Amino acid sequence: MALKLHGVAMSTCTARVLTCLHEKEAEFELVPVDLFAGEHKQPAFLAKNPFGQIPVLEDGDLTLFESRAISAYVAEKFKETGYDLIRHQNPKEAAQVKVWMEVESQQYHPAISPIVYQFFVAPLHGKTPDEAIINENLEKLGKVLDIYEEKLSGSKYLAGDFYSLADLFHLSYTYYFMKTPRANLINDRPHVKAWWEDISSRPAFVEVASGMNFGEEKKD
Amino acid sequence: MVVKVYGPAYASPKRVILCLIEKGVEFETVNVDLLKGENRDPEFLKMQPFGSLPVTQDGDLTLFESRATMRYFAEKYKSQGTDLLGKTLEEKALVDNWIDVEATSFNPPIYAMTFQILFAPALGLPKDEKAIQESEEKLAKVLDIYEERLSKSKYLAGDFFSLADLSHIPFTQYLVGPMGKEHMVKSRKHVSAWWDDISSRPSWAKTLQICPPPM
Repeated sequence: MALKLHGVAMSTCTARVLTCLHEKEAEFELVPVDLFAGEHKQPAFLAKNPFGQIPVLEDGDLTLFESRAISAYVAEKFKETGYDLIRHQNPKEAAQVKVWMEVESQQYHPAISPIVYQFFVAPLHGKTPDEAIINENLEKLGKVLDIYEEKLSGSKYLAGDFYSLADLFHLSYTYYFMKTPRANLINDRPHVKAWWEDISSRPAFVEVASGMNFGEEKKD
Repeated sequence: MVVKVYGPAYASPKRVILCLIEKGVEFETVNVDLLKGENRDPEFLKMQPFGSLPVTQDGDLTLFESRATMRYFAEKYKSQGTDLLGKTLEEKALVDNWIDVEATSFNPPIYAMTFQILFAPALGLPKDEKAIQESEEKLAKVLDIYEERLSKSKYLAGDFFSLADLSHIPFTQYLVGPMGKEHMVKSRKHVSAWWDDISSRPSWAKTLQICPPPM
């Protein structure tokens, strides 16, 4: 039975899992969730994820939510195929991957996510991007990126000289961030810029990015 | 060389300490005074460039982020002590799922409340009552979801104690203790039973004994 991922291609968190699935060459079905109709807040969906968020993964009778946990499960289940995202045969490297996965979740995400929200989601609710929120978080993101710049001057990727799930976790939010007028935060830092260009040009992500058209005009 | 955990007085390092005690792994602690800004010393930043606690050293491996660290030790010592990751890949996935719920939904509001109520006064900052109220409301909604979950399963990831439950212990202790918000737990029957269970584990009593909190 193939994996079923409930979500939408243009959503950052769904894209995180999609990228992992592609890297692992895992077979799956993307089951669309109608966010605009509020499907994710209906009882049938809440039974899968009581927090009412996408994505949700169904693998037989296992139901998972939280995109990072889903990705970690996929990376482990399919550890023998596709690209090695978790360095499972080297405990020290695997430990560093775990560290930088948490850094993305605890340091990077809280700073970048409100910026992406203000530019992409607020307008859908009829609001103009809130400059105060954007600026406050740009300052935080800048400090995090200074640390990344230092780290990436010593290693090609975050957990070491190997691409890993830790780098992958950054892709989807950064992809949308790079479409805002604040992309200079990445482009002004040479090692971060080089790292971004490298990880965002991996075929697995290029495939996923083609579906990440949030906010773009539909062309008929 | 014995495992070293930095910053035992504070909550996040206690996730690692709990894990080490449950797995029966020896360790030492090194005090770090946040109020004196010791986490901003150049020597500390070399180990942990983000300046937050804990940092843990296991031989020549230096790790930070408490959840990454506890996952590492739970895996390294999976054949000894309490089983904290479940027995199958599927159980481990559920453990990961609920650790992430703690990290993304439970921790932000409880951390904000901890900072505003317990630490802001010590730092000479005014308490942001609005932030406290908003965080308390968010936390209440999360606890309602936990109440539903724990009415169907004894622990968060299933019928076994795991890192997912453990991850909640240090900050919840602040909530029911010095923050004076015990009613948020006690008013929810299943959350209350779950908290009584996990907080009465010998590992938590030992943790509090050897690493008393700063207040």
